[in-house]
This record gives sequence, C-alpha cells and structure tokens, in this order.
Amino acid sequence: MTARRIPGWQGEPLRFRFDGHEYEGLRGDTLASALLAGGVRTVAQSPSLDRPRGIYAAWTEEPNALVRTGVEPMVQATVVELADGLDATSLTGRGRLSDEPDTGRYDAVHAHCDVLVVGAGPAGLAAATAAASTGARVIVADDRPVAGGSLPDTAETVGGLPGARWAAETLAALESRPDVRVLTRTSVFGHYDDNYVMAVERRGEGAASRERVWRIRARHVVLATGAVERPIAFAGNDRPGVMLAGSARAYANRYGVLPGSRAVVFTTNDGAYAAAADLSAAGVEIAAIVDVRQAGGAAWDHEVVPGEVITGQVVTGVGGEREVASVILSGGREIEADLLLVSGGWNPLVNLFSQAGGELRYDAAVGSFVPGPVRQAVEVAGAARGVFTLAGCLEDGAQAGARAARAAGFHVEGSPQTPRTPEEGPVTPAEHLWLVEAADYGTHFVDLQRDVTVADVMKATGAGLRSVEHVKRYTTAGTAHDQGKLSGLLTGAVVAHALGVPIEELGTTTFRAPYAPIAFSTLAGRDRGALHDPVRTTSLHEWHAAYDAPFENVGQWKRPWYYPREGEDMEAAVLRECRAVREAVGAMDASTLGKIDVQGPDAGVFLDRVYTNMMSTLKVGAIRYGVMCRADGMVFDDGTVIRVAEDRFLVTTTTGNAAAVLDWMEEWLQTEWPELRVFCTSVTEHWATVALAGPRSREVLAGLAPDLAVDAASFPFMTWRDAEVAGLAARVCRISFSGELAYEINVNAWDGLALWEAVMATGVVTPYGTETMHVLRAEKGYPIVGQDTDGTVTPADLGMDWVVSKKKADFIGRRSHLRADTSRPDRKHLVGLLPQDGARLLPEGAHLVETPTLPEPPVPTLGHVTSSYRSAALGSTFALALVSGGRDRIGEVLYVPLGDERVPVTVTSHVLYDPEGARRDG
Amino acid sequence: MAERLSPLARFTPVTTDDLRIAEVPFLTQVNLRVDPKSGAAADIGLALGAPLPTGPGTYASATGYDVLWLGPDEWLVVGAQGHDVEGVIRAAAGDAHVGVTDVSAQRTVVAVDGRRSRDLLAHGCALDLHPRVFGPGRCAQTMLARAQVVLTARESDEFRVFVRSSFAGYLAAWLLDAAVEYLPDGPVTSR
Amino acid sequence: MLLIPCPWCGPRDESEFHYGGQAHVAYPADPSALSDEEWARYLFFRDNPKGRFAERWNHTAGCRRWFNAVRDTATNEIQAREVTA
Repeated sequence: MTARRIPGWQGEPLRFRFDGHEYEGLRGDTLASALLAGGVRTVAQSPSLDRPRGIYAAWTEEPNALVRTGVEPMVQATVVELADGLDATSLTGRGRLSDEPDTGRYDAVHAHCDVLVVGAGPAGLAAATAAASTGARVIVADDRPVAGGSLPDTAETVGGLPGARWAAETLAALESRPDVRVLTRTSVFGHYDDNYVMAVERRGEGAASRERVWRIRARHVVLATGAVERPIAFAGNDRPGVMLAGSARAYANRYGVLPGSRAVVFTTNDGAYAAAADLSAAGVEIAAIVDVRQAGGAAWDHEVVPGEVITGQVVTGVGGEREVASVILSGGREIEADLLLVSGGWNPLVNLFSQAGGELRYDAAVGSFVPGPVRQAVEVAGAARGVFTLAGCLEDGAQAGARAARAAGFHVEGSPQTPRTPEEGPVTPAEHLWLVEAADYGTHFVDLQRDVTVADVMKATGAGLRSVEHVKRYTTAGTAHDQGKLSGLLTGAVVAHALGVPIEELGTTTFRAPYAPIAFSTLAGRDRGALHDPVRTTSLHEWHAAYDAPFENVGQWKRPWYYPREGEDMEAAVLRECRAVREAVGAMDASTLGKIDVQGPDAGVFLDRVYTNMMSTLKVGAIRYGVMCRADGMVFDDGTVIRVAEDRFLVTTTTGNAAAVLDWMEEWLQTEWPELRVFCTSVTEHWATVALAGPRSREVLAGLAPDLAVDAASFPFMTWRDAEVAGLAARVCRISFSGELAYEINVNAWDGLALWEAVMATGVVTPYGTETMHVLRAEKGYPIVGQDTDGTVTPADLGMDWVVSKKKADFIGRRSHLRADTSRPDRKHLVGLLPQDGARLLPEGAHLVETPTLPEPPVPTLGHVTSSYRSAALGSTFALALVSGGRDRIGEVLYVPLGDERVPVTVTSHVLYDPEGARRDG
Repeated sequence: MAERLSPLARFTPVTTDDLRIAEVPFLTQVNLRVDPKSGAAADIGLALGAPLPTGPGTYASATGYDVLWLGPDEWLVVGAQGHDVEGVIRAAAGDAHVGVTDVSAQRTVVAVDGRRSRDLLAHGCALDLHPRVFGPGRCAQTMLARAQVVLTARESDEFRVFVRSSFAGYLAAWLLDAAVEYLPDGPVTSR
Repeated sequence: MLLIPCPWCGPRDESEFHYGGQAHVAYPADPSALSDEEWARYLFFRDNPKGRFAERWNHTAGCRRWFNAVRDTATNEIQAREVTA
C-alpha cells in the first residue's frame, strides 16, 4: 500500500481503525477518503456472491462501502466523517443491530418557513439568497458538512473565488440574517403533502442530541438536490478500482486523495473529460479516455491532459485477479490501469420531487427522468432538473428562489443577480449508453449492494415480468440501504433493453421516503421510556405511589391495582380487599371516571336520544344508570346520570371512553340536532372521586359528614346530596358498583388528597384497587364495557333489556335492536361460569366448546371467557363469558380447552352474588 | 387537614436566565358556552370588562380576567385564585341559555418564559410560534408533545400552557427533558 | 401530514383532526319507517370515489367543531369546506 494523498495537502491528522488495522487520515476526510488515502481498495465482500468490492462513489449513492461504527449498525463509509479514534468494521451488504440499547439522545423539533431550500449547492445557495433578500423566512437544509454541493468536488470558481469558499461565504451571509436558518449535516428524507418535509440533522456526540428530526412546514419548497452520476453495466463493473468519474474527481479536489495511479476513463459525455483533467493535474496518469461517441468530446484539450482518446469503443471487461489491473476494450485492446473511471451521464435527483407528488418525464438530451408538473408549491432548480452548467445552476436557482418567495407573498425587486463564472466551452451531446452488450451478463452488475446482475434482470423479463416495479421486487434491485440511487434507473434501462421498448415507456419505480437511511432511535426521539406515552394520574396518585401500589394501565391512566401488605402477593391482597368491602368498608380512587356537565333547557331530551333508557323523567337529586349504543345497536358506553337541576345533568362515562363519549355527544349536537339547546363540557379532572363501599360505609360517611342525614330513608339508593365531607365541599352520590351499600364522594380535585387522607384517617377503611373493584362487580354480573363487550354486544345480550326503553319513539341504536339479527336466539349472552374445580382460574379469552372431546377442526366454539377471578365471597373461582344462547344453557356443563385439557365449567346466571340485591342498603 | 394540592405541587421550577418554567396554580377557570350574537354574550362581556373575543385564536384581557376563545360559541374565562367568576357570569347571563361550568381544577397552568421559550415549545408544538404569527394576544388549542393544551402567548416571550390536570405530570416531565439543551447545567432528569 | 384548513382555527396538522367519513348522510327522520335494508344502507354503505369526495372532519384537538370538506382522494387536495349546521 502506498500513501495516496496529494503532496502538500494539509490537515489535522486523525487516527482511526478499520477492520482492526490502524490508519491515519485528516480532519475533513470521510472514512472512505481516508481509506483511499491509506491505499485501501477492497473494503467489503458482496453479500451473496462473495465478490470483493471497492469504494465506488463519494457520497450517499455509495453501494459497496458499508461499515459498522460505534453506534451505527450500518452506514456508508462515504458519509462517515472521520473522527479521532473512529473504529469501523466492514460489512457484507447488511448490518446487524446491536444487542445493547441505544443510550444516545435523539430529539425532534417543528419548524416553519416561507421558503425551504433543499441543497446548498450553487443552485440552492442562489435560491436561498434570492428568497432571503425579500424578507421571507428561509430554511436551507443540506446533507453535507460543508456548503457548496458539487463545488468542492469540481473546484470551479464562482465570482472569482474558489467555489468552496464562495459557498462558505454565501452560507455565512445567509446565516447572519435573522429569519434564515441554515441546517448543515441535515438530510431531507421525506417530502409529504402540503409541503410537510422531514429531515434528520446529524448533530454529533457532543451535542444535546445526537440526531434531530426536523418537521418542517414550508409554504414553498425549492428542491436543489443536484444529480448523481450514472453507472454503466459491463462485465466486471463491480471490481475494486472501478469508480464513478465524478467521484474520483471529488476525492482529488475535496479530500486531496488519489484513488489510483493510472486510470482509464470510460464515458458517454463531456463531463468525464473535466474529471480526467483534474485527476491528471493532481497526479493520476490518464492512460486513455474511451468515449462511446464516434466523434469523441469536442472540449478535450490535449495541452491540458496528455493521453490517448479512443472514440467509438466501449469497455467490455476488466483484467486483474481481485482488483482492476487492466481494462479491455471492444476493439480488443487491453490497457494496463488500476483505476477505471465510469461516466454514463448524470441522473437528476428527483426522489424528493417525486415523493412530493411531482410527475417525471423522460428527457432524451439528459438521458434521464426530469421533473415535470407538480401540484404542490415546489420549484426544482439546477442539476436536479437537468441544468448541468455552473452558470446555469446559479441563474436557475436565483430565479427559483425569487419565484418561491413571490409565491409566498413577498416582493421581489428586479431580477436576482448571480455571480460570474468562468466561461464554459461548447458541449458535445452525450450518447446514452446503459449496457455494454455481451453474450454473458453474469458479471454485468446493475445493483452492487444487492448483487443483482443484468442476467438476473433478463431472468425476470424472461419469466414474463413487464413492469419495473415487478422486476424490482423479483430481483430486489434498488431495494438496498442505498435506496437504489445508482441502480434504480439502470435497472429500468436494462429492462427496457430486454423488452425492446423505449425507456420512457417503462417509467421509474416509485420514489419513497426515506431518501437516506434513518435510524429508528432517531424517529423515536424522546418518545421513549417514561415519555413514550402520556401517563395520566389522579390527584391521589402520590398516596398510591407512596403505598407502593402496583398500577394498572387503563388507557393512559395509571390506576392503583391493589395495595399489598407486607408479605402479600396479588392474590392474597385482592382476596383480603374483597373481604373488607363485603364485610366492612373499603375505599377506591374512582377519579378517572369520565364526567360531562350537560346544560341547557333541552338537556333531558338530548339524553333521552343518546341513552337507551329514559333520562328526562329523572328527578332533580336522583341518579340513574344508563347505557349508550352506537347507531348499529351495539353497546358503546355506560355510566350514571345525575340530575343536578331542571336544565343540568352530570353524566359519568367509563374511564377509557371519556373523550369518545364527549365527542359523540358533540357530533350529534353539531351535525344532527343543532336545534337542541344543550352545551356539554368535560369536568373529568375537575373532580376527585372517592368510592366508599361496604356495609360499614354509612357509619364512616356519617363520621366524616356530621351534618348529612345518611340513614336509608333520608339518603336513598340512587340519589345524591351536596354536603361538607371532612370539612370539604362535596357531592355525595349513593351508587354502588359492588352490590354493597356504597357512596361516591366528589370534591374539587385540589382537595382530593385531603379527602382521601381523611377517609384513611378513620382507621377502619381498607384501600382497594381496580382488581378488587373488578372482582366485586363481576360477582354481581356488572359488565365492563370494552372487557365484557367488544362492539358486537347489545344491551339484550348483556341481559340488560330493562335498560332499553320501550316507550321512547327513538334513541340511537333503537332501529338496530329491531333487526332480526339482534334477536337471534343463538346470539352470545353474558353468563357466569363456575369451574367444577373451584381452584381453577380460567384464562380470559379462553374459548368454550360443547363436548369434552374435540371434533376435527375447525372446532365450533360457543364463545369465550371475558372476565375471570377468584372470589372470596363465592369461595371459588368464577368467570363471565359471552356464550351462544347462553341464557338457555344455564345449568349445562361446557368445556374450556386448555392445552390437552378440557376444563369442565357450569353455566350460571351472570349475577353470582346477592342476586336479590339485599345488600345495597347495608 | 391537608392543604389543597395543585397538580404540579411537587414540580421544581426552572429558573435560568434564558428559560423559566413554573406552575401557576389554583387560577379560577370557567368554561363558557353562549351564542356570541346573543344579548347574554354582550352582557357577559360587559360584566367581565371586555367583549367576548370572536376572533378565532385570540384572547382578551380585562382587569382581573383573561377570556380565551376556544370555539365559535365557547370561551375559557380565567381569573385570580378564589375569584367567583362563575357567579359574575351567571349574574350577567340571567335566565338566558348559557353553559357555565367551573373547570378550575380541570386544567393547571404552566408558565414558560424566557428567550428560549419558543425553542422549547417547538420541540412538541406543531404550530408556528414565530412572534409575527403567534404573538401576544394569541391563543390556540393544540397538541404539545402528546397532551392537548390551550396555549396563550403573552408579552416578552412568555407563554402559558393550560394542560389537563391528569396530563400535567407527564407534560412537566416532558418540558424538563426538552429543556436540557437550554439549561446551563445540562440535564435536570435522567431518562 | 396533511394541512387541513379548519374553518375556525385555520390550517392545522392532520393529526389534530378526526375523520368523520362521507358528508351529507343524514340520520333518517324516522328510522322505524325504514326496511332493514334501507337501515343497513344508512348504517354501513358509503361512497368511496377516486377524486372529489365530500367528507366530514372534526377538529378534535382544537375547537372541537365539525365541518365538511371536499377532498380529492387521489391528491389529498382540499378544495372546499363548510361549517356544519
């Protein structure tokens, strides 16, 4: 290996490792340029054919040089900025995720602008300058560490300055403006509807976040994304030493690195001549230029580059064991060289334009697809739309930037000025060539990263595939980590060749986000760990947490599940809590129930329409249980309704449905019944609610509320009273979800903890959690909407015919209850199940079958278990289940298949405890 | 007897030069529903000292009150702690058809203030918070991170975030975590 | 992420809205007068055109108002909108 840095090239030396070997590079290098400088030519083995592969390109289009670094499981060496101590390992086509969690910090931010410019090359900088000069808010996003796009690659001059310096100064001038934001190292990876554009900024290890996702909403977008050089398919075109001509030029001009010592240039166009000139000046011997055009390139100046020009020929193969040692021409000559530079022309990078909904059209002069019409407010400028001269890009960008600002409502004065550039000579038209024809296409690669050859594509077309989309999926060409930047159009061209149709007839495959690979950890951002999803807590939360109660997730709410005492497991704690409520008194935090204030003279009429039962007849001071159905007749929610005043009700909903019920009410009021004078307002979190349940609840309440008459006659079941409880203004409702004498005490949420502590200070009240609440309600056969129902269950299925009014002319769901289907006798009914072995706890979700032996599949199932618990009161386990014709099966034995067992269960009424309701008055 | 407890009573405020985050607890908040063209709406405006704002996304400040536009017939009237806002409105409305609901404890208020307040909120708020677009007098119901909020812009880079009490702990933790970048001493919490 | 023009709050991100399906499907004046088939048609049958489609949206994370909008289902362009009721 010989050092291949251009003599005199300066930079801070950095040490790094690649595949265990030590190397030295310079600050400003990419890993790829540093490897080339270190004389490394083979950087990877190909994934399925195990062929040696070298560095093929110089930026995001690189298909071969994939590496793993400290935090990146798979990244192109051509985009890795060299850092001191970098340790990289080569990959064979695919990476492997680390077993360790990524502890880096990633975040996201929203941004807005009048004009977003994607790309800080000549066109992008000109566009941004023109737009910013109008006062428009501008964001410039560019994926490279330094501005200028291709300028540092080509070393052209702008306004008399070296291009890179002009770009840096222009960017600095932009950045100094108050309403311009410049984002470098920022890859725009998605362009969505209404100019919603997503980008990822690589901020580095020292920053507050390693990477940041930008969610940009732009009024207008200028895409100045440039172009990528087009490869040519010929035998052995994957051999280390084959490189895109423009990329080799970039290594010389941008990084001061020579990718070889003696080169053959294979070209279809004039561009490669300039590359050859620069490389020659940098010290690469140009052995020959092989130009497919009979006339060659007019711009060739033998004074600048000594070397032979061979016109009208193509490269048919390469010599050399593992790396290029010679180049074989169609005329039969073999030329010694360690570098074969290829240029098939340039493909405009239309990926984002296409994602944005833009149509593409084939441009015969460019030999590629260029932007056509687009319905979004998008401009395309420069090489991205096939303008390939520097002066043209500057002019095109300035015009596009001005148009974008004008369209965003800003005043553009005169026509934008662009800096002068050296004169460019006449251009000889390119002669487009994608494929060097041969008898055997086994080493003509179209997708280096997926190891797909022209032979593979021919196999696909031979099998009858006619669409590039199908060929892509059949061969996997274009589906790799490089997103098919080099292989996509080449594959299309080869398919066109194989089918004998023009390339424009086939079109392209769909361009999809992300344009560049993005890590899941970046997309997840800060929405992980404790911030993954909102945690909703009640005003009593800190008491539950201090008790170390495990929490149950109910939607986003954290609800205390049970309150274990020293040495208790869940089962013991729940049995104890259940016994306390059935035999003494317990208290539960019921604050999560949804609460809606319904006001207005038509409130009663409105509630009559949304509940299945009658609410308008409810007396002030009274409470009624109600069920809501969707229009399809299926149970949607349930809860209590209390009448606060003639024109005011307070409705409670299930914990999980609070928002949905309010939305439901608003929907009907706004869209169907605007004539009803009703207003609905959520008060869920305004109130804290403590449920006090058990035969001794009355005496506890009496002690806390000495002024409240609590005897059964003064404070009957299903009524409410405003009272002072524990010195706090409270509304006490006598309702029960356990079958026991019970109260729900509501206070302002600020006072919730004070109320709870006062209840606990009585010393006789056992705190109980959601599991005990579930057991107690299930013993009474009270369903939980969403657990014992699933959107296919009517009130009648639940055995709750009594809650469905026969008097009302209509309510939501009524018509569906009249359908034949909702009265079928084999509908699934809510029933109870008692396992014959009372110690056996059935799993929720278990199926029920009729016989102890299973027939051949498909096995007919009668239904499934919806709730299952151990009951202290019943001295046995029990379950609720939805069972076909269940109410007609009471007393029957059914079977629950569990593994190899069929567990026998007896069907019972869904009300298993205190069916007479004797306990509710204490 | 325990004290009243606001949702963020245990939250340690952020007090740096560039960024301040603190709860403004126990404000009186009343949700008002009324036809804006009705006499009741005008009477309520008179009683509050400022006409109910009818411009979407704006709020009006009167002595002792902020009146936030929530919808074409809905406002949030915010007053000082202990102020009987509901009584004032009900007295003004008389027998008219209005919806007046005390929602003081439904939401708490977080003040986000300082030179970096916009940068902080932009991590989780999709609205354009540029001073020309969302300056003093603007309000919006929107999402901040994954919580629904009512956001108001006040003078000199101050915002007030009205957040449902059950989401307050989440939102405060989220704000603290987002603030890491803008605090001189770095992380307040670890993940 | 569409930018949906709420008639009240102005353009907001799609994620602030709930979709309400086809517009102008009114709740029948007298459901009991409908045959099962007519009722099923109200409940379950909706158009699904490629192109212009009048549909309902609710600005759930904002002003909570319902409105109708005409959206081109092929391009997602929203071409008109109206306040409900």
